[in-house]
Amino acid sequence: MDISTMTATELGAAIKDGRTTAVEAVRQTLDAIEKKDKELHAFITVDAEGAMKSAAEVQKKIESGELTGPLAGVPIAIKDNICTKGLLTTCASHILDNFVPTYDAEVIIRLKKNGLVTVGKTNMDEFAMGSTTETSYFGPTRNPVNPAHVPGGSSGGSCAAVGSGEVSLALGSDTGGSIRQPSSYCGVTGMKPTYGVVSRYGLVAYGSSLDQIGPIARNVTDAAALLQVIAGSDSKDSTSAALKDYDFMSALKTDVSGLRIGIPSEYFGEGLEPEIGDAIRSAAEKLAKAGASVKEFHLDLIDYAIPAYYIIACAEASSNLERFDGVKYGLRAAAYDDLNDMYKKSRTEGFGPEVQRRIMLGSFVLSSGYYDAYYLKALRVKNLIRQSFSRAFADFDIILAPAAPTTAPELGKSLADPMKMYLSDIYTVSVNLCGLPGMTVPVGKDGMGLPIGMQIIGDCFSEKTVLRAAYTTERLLSEDGEGR
Amino acid sequence: MAEQITDETIEYVSILAKLKLDEKGRQKAKEDMQQMLDYVDKLNDLDTSKVEPMSHIFPLKNVFREDVVTNGDGREAMLANAPEAEDDQYVVPITIE
Amino acid sequence: MSPVEKNYETVIGLEVHVELATKTKIFCGCSTAFGGAPNSHSCPVCSGMPGSLPVLNRQVVQYAMEVGLAAHCEINQHCKFDRKNYFYPDNPQNYQISQLYEPICRNGWVEITKKDGTRKKIRIHEIHMEEDAGKLVHDEFQGISYVDFNRSGVPLIEIVSEPDMRDDEEVIAYLEALRMIAQYTGASDCKLQEGSMRADVNLSVREAGSEKLGTRTETKNLSSFAAISHMIKNERERQIDLLSSGQTVTQETRHWNEDAQSSYAMRSKENAQDYRYFPDPDLPPVEISDEWIEETRKNLPEMQPERKARYMRDYGLPAYDADLLTGTKRLADIFEETVKAGADPKKASNWLMVETMHLCRNTKTDPSDVDFSGENLAKLIHMVDAGELSNGSAKKIFEEIFEKDADPEKIAEERGMKIVQDSGALQETVKAVLEANPSVVQQYRDGKTKVAGFLVGQVMKQMKGRANPAEVSSMITGMIEKI
Ligand SMILES: [Mg+2]
Ligand SMILES: [Zn+2]
Repeated sequence: MDISTMTATELGAAIKDGRTTAVEAVRQTLDAIEKKDKELHAFITVDAEGAMKSAAEVQKKIESGELTGPLAGVPIAIKDNICTKGLLTTCASHILDNFVPTYDAEVIIRLKKNGLVTVGKTNMDEFAMGSTTETSYFGPTRNPVNPAHVPGGSSGGSCAAVGSGEVSLALGSDTGGSIRQPSSYCGVTGMKPTYGVVSRYGLVAYGSSLDQIGPIARNVTDAAALLQVIAGSDSKDSTSAALKDYDFMSALKTDVSGLRIGIPSEYFGEGLEPEIGDAIRSAAEKLAKAGASVKEFHLDLIDYAIPAYYIIACAEASSNLERFDGVKYGLRAAAYDDLNDMYKKSRTEGFGPEVQRRIMLGSFVLSSGYYDAYYLKALRVKNLIRQSFSRAFADFDIILAPAAPTTAPELGKSLADPMKMYLSDIYTVSVNLCGLPGMTVPVGKDGMGLPIGMQIIGDCFSEKTVLRAAYTTERLLSEDGEGR
Repeated sequence: MAEQITDETIEYVSILAKLKLDEKGRQKAKEDMQQMLDYVDKLNDLDTSKVEPMSHIFPLKNVFREDVVTNGDGREAMLANAPEAEDDQYVVPITIE
Repeated sequence: MSPVEKNYETVIGLEVHVELATKTKIFCGCSTAFGGAPNSHSCPVCSGMPGSLPVLNRQVVQYAMEVGLAAHCEINQHCKFDRKNYFYPDNPQNYQISQLYEPICRNGWVEITKKDGTRKKIRIHEIHMEEDAGKLVHDEFQGISYVDFNRSGVPLIEIVSEPDMRDDEEVIAYLEALRMIAQYTGASDCKLQEGSMRADVNLSVREAGSEKLGTRTETKNLSSFAAISHMIKNERERQIDLLSSGQTVTQETRHWNEDAQSSYAMRSKENAQDYRYFPDPDLPPVEISDEWIEETRKNLPEMQPERKARYMRDYGLPAYDADLLTGTKRLADIFEETVKAGADPKKASNWLMVETMHLCRNTKTDPSDVDFSGENLAKLIHMVDAGELSNGSAKKIFEEIFEKDADPEKIAEERGMKIVQDSGALQETVKAVLEANPSVVQQYRDGKTKVAGFLVGQVMKQMKGRANPAEVSSMITGMIEKI
């Protein structure tokens, strides 16, 4: 059986029925990676041996009836900032390029419990800082639709691996759009859950108040199934939330009647490629025809989200990345005069330019005399932005937005101007600042054939509403032969 | 007007951040940081004098663990990552002046 | 005191770190037990592994509150944790999780009594919770330091005083008062030699009568009362020398070198004292309800000053005894048990103050670690009172009580140290001795009553010391007269 075009839940069902096996699925996946990844470079590490071994164990447990979940036996790719015990975890950084975690992230524990098989660790922007996966120490990943273009970032490896068909599922992390934007560029479905829905334990922190792990998949059903596996409160993460209902699969209904959809005019003005705006409006029209109410509205304070976001993210990052110092793990410079010199040389050699840039900015905004003016100010603006979204969610159940102002840019065209790169996060960062769930579903292609994604944003803990809207969108578009 | 970044600021911040910038790196950092600060200066359009700084998005509180030992001895795997280790300890250049 | 010095007043404030007596660390489930191979009590959280996250130990908050309430503090009902960022190898994350903006306690005080009997309140600015650092061991020959994270993440409270102290006597009295609070609440054993109480001393001098504070220095690394005394005298002199020779004091952090008995400035420009504190996004705030505070206040145990007063009042102990006994909560607790088991308070107190302290010194035991039950001490006192043990035997048995909480009855029995109460056996021996020494008996009858001592000695010898000499003496007298 050829699994390359199957969705994860289809594959899970086939393994369960005995039409194929976990071992066979992993073998085909490894073959696909072998074939495609030389050009694509979605993976930093492929764990062929480990994957084959755990596939055999999982297969036994499926046969004995110990594992019954819908994704048991399904191969999955993991972003390389999620700790995997005994398996290299680099954050795509020279400073961690030999780091082997001594423990599994909570999400990895949950994947194992559900019989998913990790096949490797995917490429990303160094420490998740970037929007193109070009800041990786290991070199860029290419867009699976057009290799001359970037896959987006920072979860570019995970999205490219799913988009190319190497795997049907992947985990990414999203601090300012790092799942939603590359999902849009690669034509896959990705979700950033509400802050706290998925444990951050074992996710190498970038911006602790913003980071969230989420599923990346070929369709909404698979994303919901994977979310159901990884979501759950965790006593090891003090910011983790406990939901009453984790049955995300039950939200997968083609039903948007009465759903109140808001379209913020601020997100559809200047700076957005017209083709993207058109594709989203067209999807909105279909949702309206299916019974949703769709209204444009003004979302306040959008212009302030990026400056507030970068101050907060960089401040937290500057502190989170202090632990990389050449003492306990990772890179230590070969020669140094003394302790301080060892710190400085190891960090300067170990971190790439974008990471250093953000550490410098973050250290500055927290430094004596500037804390109030920058960091506290940003936290106050965050409060205002949260209030603005609360007002919007009084009127709407979901908000539709682009995931990025353009489709995937060409390789090598983005990094020269960091400011421009930061500004391209305009549609995604507010979601992280406010802890909201956001999901990207493919809604079409531009004139060059590059994918366009639509972002669906819900209020906190309304994952099921978001999933239902996404699922309905996917159905309506596929009926019309659009979308993917 | 945004804060003006001087060479001294860059020198000071690189001490805090433990980064060793060469001359070119310092100039680049200065430009980048200036550009960023000019940009984030727009936050000052907003009067936030009556707004509370919001660090946690949700009103979470009192997340505790009980005082019970749950961890065993994992030093071997841990120290396997150390750039330099000896006698179950990490080794660093001497810290006393 | 030189004439120049007279014009200066010393102003001292203290930052005291007290290690809490929890079983586990502040943010992870690692043991806080002392000893253990290096890094054997460490995990991803307390060794700063990427991806690890802190979860707060409830008992840390509880202990901090208890100390705060005992030190008359206000409890901050919305307290938060902040990150203090600085690079050092004993600090695995290169930030310490501490509290700057919203510490758990504020505005307290403790009262100290000086040697001349005067009392003084020392105000407490705040108490905050934080994590301890790991341990560094240096090898100067090789030019390396070894890092052990077993102590990293052990919970501390930092008690910050106002600059209310004026000399080392007040400082030591203040530290003693804090130590008592920590011990009596159970929050810490405050053992100095294990570093569970450490002080940083902020000191400045000013011309007597001046209201304005002088420039202060902060001296770190002080872990004994003697070192603190030395350091205060040393730093006071250093600052006065500077000022009286027209120089100024630089605000700086100094490090006390115990071997050299002097301090040096830590002035590296690479260590800018800019900690970039900000709220730790990984830890939600702690909200302390009125009920929680009241519950804690209600359950606060009796503190040392009250207990000392009670011992004087209820047991008639002299102030000196009461002070010494309550000065180590463990000893005071054993005292209570002993008295409760029926022993005479003054006798119980003597055993604890004299014999126990003597054995502590001999065996290098911290009085806080003394571990025997008051019941066994009470038994011992009873046996002596009842004439069942000689003082010499009692002291020998007490050594075993001290060492392993031995039952004195059992030991006396096993070793045959018990004075024989069976008058039949004694009578037999007396009779035999009298019969064996007819000439001595005759001398007695002739009025040389002093020879009774010889007879008593003979009896005691045959009884192998297991008889009460007074009883033997009266029995001999009685029997000679009867015959
Ligand atoms: Mg402190
Ligand atoms: Zn630990």
